[in-house]
Amino acid sequence: MSDDIKGKEKSLITRRKFLAGLTAGAAASALPAGEAGAYAFEELFRQHYKRLDADDLKDILAKLEEELSFKYGKEVHAKATPPMDNTVFGYALDLSRCIGCRRCVYACVKENNLSRDPQIQWIKVLEFQKGNNKWQGLEHSNRYYEPEQVPEKGRFYVPVQCQQCKKPACVKVCPVQATWQEPDGIVVVDYNWCIGCRFCMAACPYGARSFTWGKPSIPKEEFNPEIHYLGNRPQYKGVVGKCTFCIQRSRAGRYTACVEACPVGARKFGNLMDPNSEIRYVLENMKVFRLKEELDTNPKFFYFFSMGTGVKS
Amino acid sequence: MAIDAINGIIRTVVTGSKEYKAWVGFLTLLALVGIAFVFRQIDQGLIATNMRDDVSWGWYIANFTFLVGVAAAAVVLVIPYYIYDFKPIGEIVLIGEIMAVAAVSMCLMFIVLDMGSAERFWHLIPMIGIFNFPQSILTWDVVVLNMYLVLNLSLVIYALSKTYAGKSYKTKLIMPFIFFSVPAAISIHTVTAFLYLGAPSRPFWNTAVLAPRFIASAFCSGPAFMLIIFQIIRKTTKLKIEDAALHKMAEIVTWCMAVNLFLLGSEVFKEMYSATAHIEPFNYLWNGLRGHNQLVPWIWTAVIVNSIAFLILIVPSIRKNFFMLNIACTFIFIGVYIEKGMGLIFPGFAPSTLGDIYDYMPNSMELWISLGVWAIGLLIFTVGAKICIAIKTGEIGHADPSAHH
Repeated sequence: MSDDIKGKEKSLITRRKFLAGLTAGAAASALPAGEAGAYAFEELFRQHYKRLDADDLKDILAKLEEELSFKYGKEVHAKATPPMDNTVFGYALDLSRCIGCRRCVYACVKENNLSRDPQIQWIKVLEFQKGNNKWQGLEHSNRYYEPEQVPEKGRFYVPVQCQQCKKPACVKVCPVQATWQEPDGIVVVDYNWCIGCRFCMAACPYGARSFTWGKPSIPKEEFNPEIHYLGNRPQYKGVVGKCTFCIQRSRAGRYTACVEACPVGARKFGNLMDPNSEIRYVLENMKVFRLKEELDTNPKFFYFFSMGTGVKS
Repeated sequence: MAIDAINGIIRTVVTGSKEYKAWVGFLTLLALVGIAFVFRQIDQGLIATNMRDDVSWGWYIANFTFLVGVAAAAVVLVIPYYIYDFKPIGEIVLIGEIMAVAAVSMCLMFIVLDMGSAERFWHLIPMIGIFNFPQSILTWDVVVLNMYLVLNLSLVIYALSKTYAGKSYKTKLIMPFIFFSVPAAISIHTVTAFLYLGAPSRPFWNTAVLAPRFIASAFCSGPAFMLIIFQIIRKTTKLKIEDAALHKMAEIVTWCMAVNLFLLGSEVFKEMYSATAHIEPFNYLWNGLRGHNQLVPWIWTAVIVNSIAFLILIVPSIRKNFFMLNIACTFIFIGVYIEKGMGLIFPGFAPSTLGDIYDYMPNSMELWISLGVWAIGLLIFTVGAKICIAIKTGEIGHADPSAHH
């Protein structure tokens, strides 16, 4: 990045601070056109995440904090926490416990600042009829079940989100390397580098990727101010996003929002490299399987039944 | 001389018959309407289309796929003329190459229109951006399409400037490039097929027969379109196009359609006889699936018109009747457009990887924008062909119209 652009960026931040102080709580649209223009200009020529040096990243995060604090009227903390050593995250989901309540879906939407309109959800809960032998290929799922109460008799539920594949088909096809796998196994997207071609969505076998078809909207009062550059910062119109195992939480040693929200404890998460972790316990003591194993994408997202078939859940 | 040439070209483009002016005016109007809708799409984003997460590619990519085939079909003229020295095609080979230029231009427009963040196109430029080559097949497509565009444009400009000066353009300098244009044409359509068939997530596309089927149907639809255009050209201009040239093209179309139908049959057999869970998108297209059957009438129309066209073409005495030939060509164009557009792209996404069926059909905005792209492509072709004919017939420049170049 040239010094010229950096200079512009710094002056933009100070002016923005000044403005934010003056008109705290005012709508972002009240910004003078010139300010918004300078911001758009910097974004248009911003380099790929991996090519940003520490100073660039610091500036960008500071600017993001200013921008979002102003827009959502609360103090935003933007981070780009790097992966931890000796850590590869894994996930396991107990299908015998899941009741299909979708609390994980809504917790994810809130935690990750996903657009409400157009509606974006990174977790999809599929409903299946018991006894239907076509459930593992997912062909006969129903995503739009609306009963008065869950779980319904004769049904079971399979929540699906990014499977964090070890051999991710989405990463291979991206023409600009806007998506890649981090050392801790999380597949991330640089929302400022994605060109919106949606090849990754065609390639993903799990429907895990969502495109921001229109201008995203997030209610101010529900905005989560703790954000990560590769995770839950608000996305832009025309880019692809996906589950990052709540990178803003997991890299800070916390559970993902879906794990915390699950009322029946069906969701297990942890470090695959740590022999004492809960996830390792599940892998070593349960009979686990993964979705669409015949495609050899090698997910780090496992499913299992803690209670035998025939046991009422 | 350069100024004379430019004057001559401008005069050629702006003057013409009433029909020519009406045609150009009509295309310009369509292009302007399309551009007006593009502004709406830029403003609202791709949410203004009917595409959604479950069907994330739609009408634009369908048109793109079809047009790559039209572009590749220029080799149907290049091979007989340059390689087998079949002289009657010499008069029209340049027009085929101009068609390729127009078709690739349309392809590139459709791709840009489909990008969610097209202003970031520079991310694709090697060194400045990141070009994920050779990993991403999309980068291969960027390479071969642009190469093919430059190659054809250069060949046309070279040949026309030589003809303008009254010289032959079949020179030692140009022949390596001509030979290279043959595998280049095959490559653009092969790579485009690889975009789809390389995705194990989409069983409907994940079949090796897709690439040869693409080539076979391309060598039907492109020449079918050109056969009609050439008849219009020889009626409305002084360019002499022999029946022999058209008959040769019709013969090539016949055998390509035979191969296309054969490959389709192989595909149908494999899906229906093995009858695995992967038959679902196939059923969605051909029979309807769980009450979703919007594509069924389209695909049956396509296969019926293609078969009728084949029956017309297979009998030499019938296909030499221009009325019957034109019916066959129209049928083939419609049949392949359906088969390779909506018949290929939409079922790739239905049911989705999680089993949902979203019945995608383009909305009016997508149709108007696509019509606008077609209008711009046809404008490029019309103007290019008019200049080409004016030079070849000696209206401008120093060509000897009676000689085969």
